[in-house]
Amino acid sequence: MKLTKLGTIGAIVAVGALALTGCAANEGAKPAPSAAPTEAPASTLAGTIAGAGASSQGAAQESWIAAFQTENPDVTISYDPSGSGAGREAFIGGGVSYAGTDSALSDDEIAGGFEGCVADSFIQVPAFIDPIAVVFNLPGVAQLNLDAPTIAKIFKGEITDWSDAAIAAQNSGWSTSGPITAVHRSDDSGTTKNFADYLSKVAPDVWTEKPADPFPYSTGTGAQGTSGVIEAVKSAQGAIGYAAASRAGDLGIARIKVGDQYVAFSDEAAAAVVAGSPAADNASATNLAIKLNRKTTNPAEYPLVLVSYLIACGEYKDAAVAPLVKAYIGYVTSAAGQAAAAETGSAPLSADQIAAVQAVVATIVE
Amino acid sequence: MTATATEPGRIRAKVRPADRTFFISAIAAGGLILVALAAVAVFLIAESAPAFVGDVSAMNGDPANFWVYVAPLAFGTVWSAFLALLFALPLSIGIALFISHYAPRRVAQGLGYVIDLLAAVPSVVFGLWGIKVLAPAIVPIYDWLNQYLGWLPFFAGQVDRTGRTILTVAIVLAVMIIPIITSLCREIFLQTPKLHEEAALALGATRWEMIRMAVLPFGRPGIISAAMLGLGRALGETMVVAMLLSPALVISFVLTSGQNPSTIAGNIALNFPEAHGIAVNALIATGLVLFVITLVVNSVARWVIARRAAFSGAN
Repeated sequence: MKLTKLGTIGAIVAVGALALTGCAANEGAKPAPSAAPTEAPASTLAGTIAGAGASSQGAAQESWIAAFQTENPDVTISYDPSGSGAGREAFIGGGVSYAGTDSALSDDEIAGGFEGCVADSFIQVPAFIDPIAVVFNLPGVAQLNLDAPTIAKIFKGEITDWSDAAIAAQNSGWSTSGPITAVHRSDDSGTTKNFADYLSKVAPDVWTEKPADPFPYSTGTGAQGTSGVIEAVKSAQGAIGYAAASRAGDLGIARIKVGDQYVAFSDEAAAAVVAGSPAADNASATNLAIKLNRKTTNPAEYPLVLVSYLIACGEYKDAAVAPLVKAYIGYVTSAAGQAAAAETGSAPLSADQIAAVQAVVATIVE
Repeated sequence: MTATATEPGRIRAKVRPADRTFFISAIAAGGLILVALAAVAVFLIAESAPAFVGDVSAMNGDPANFWVYVAPLAFGTVWSAFLALLFALPLSIGIALFISHYAPRRVAQGLGYVIDLLAAVPSVVFGLWGIKVLAPAIVPIYDWLNQYLGWLPFFAGQVDRTGRTILTVAIVLAVMIIPIITSLCREIFLQTPKLHEEAALALGATRWEMIRMAVLPFGRPGIISAAMLGLGRALGETMVVAMLLSPALVISFVLTSGQNPSTIAGNIALNFPEAHGIAVNALIATGLVLFVITLVVNSVARWVIARRAAFSGAN
């Protein structure tokens, strides 16, 4: 019995140790401290601001924060990738100075006001564009053309074999067959929401569910996160999935039908659809929310994209954070910031958009 | 003689500081665990209350109420843990018997050490192993099961080409709980009174008969508690399920399809990062359900052990 007791104590210690080490994941990657200030940057900014929101912005935010803090060594910025909804809630409640989100503020949220802002003033600007690719694993197939109804039917489980007539009709000389494994995200995600939004707008007869973060149908295979989807598609011949285009690696990317042509994904085409989309119904001089033109018929545009926004106050109750947020978001939406984000896999905003966004950021009252 | 006529009451032991300190610290340690448990229970109940009464149609699958949402998850939790235990228990008893009664002392020690080492592998590593190695490798076996045993409801339908099924998860879970069950069983089997064993052998029993007549009956309550400890780990395992399982909101006994019932812990891990509003309450409420399930399982185990107390080594 003595040994069992020892074993129990050992187990408790081990569990405790695991529980404690588990916390370390939250402590995030701190950007490396800037080099010794031999060049003495001209920045006079100092202070701390906190942001929260979309996990899809996590990687980009990390590189922005690292670059910004190198330029401004006395500024500390944190970004908690706790999710779009949580970020918007935290900003509305005044818990964070800025928020990142994959879906723009709703009318209700705007009407509800913002705790940390003077007179509920706010700005909402696009931070970057994240194109979504339909990736497939079909050895020997270099090019795959799919229209939205076919994609919707595949992911809904109505087309289950690659030899289906609907696929053959769109690809000349099609001879591939075998079962289709449609891989979707098993966790809630803005990628799923935008993918579903595209399908429900372009193929409303097939994709009847309202776009939302969870995948709506009980069919296909689920995998966790972008890397999980990519891994699952790679592991099974005949698999198809959707994921951030930058992570597709050497998997094939399907061309999607726009108008009467099939358009391959490209950063330019993704930026073009955003540039060509009208402003959202609730847009204003300081709210640059976009109503993505998913039904575009212009073959220079790739409508399967996710636009990630940044939200901040127009005038802060705490005047000390205003210059910091203004400078930071100003950097993020500058050409340099967009180039830094592009290295983490997003498509940069176009020059016109950068100019428009910078004009809005300039209205933040210091 | 008169000097010995002391008062008839109890003789009070002299209280020493060390006794007092140990008594207090033992009470404190015992109390602390109850406080922690109560704190967790209060948190779970307070945070989950809105989900029980509120509208949870924002959750995946538009559930009519919370119970519709949690039913497949509760089923998946119990089903996957049961499958894991089904694989792990016989294997663990076998390994433990080999170590305690068959293997030469040297081998036994080494093997015991390796088994304990397996318990120290983090679950995320098991998850990665499941994704990268086990799931792709096991698909041909699932194909075979589907082809020849497809008439059984467990292997019916379309085999998932990625191998991310509940059977794969159960196998990984089994590997994870084998070390726990094995090391407990080994200790218990070693406690078998030597006299019982030798008596059995003296009556002409073979080694297997001796184990059946002396070791296993003696160790039964211990085996049950070991199994329950393993089951507890399997019920609460999060990382492996979140990484490896292809979940769907279904109640299904099919082992080889891509639409598997998810588990409560795995579902929380997947959906909590993006949850907000009542979704947070609903997810915490599923945690409360898991809490209750584990309590029930443990209570049943206690009851089973207490019922068989007469056969334990205490007498």
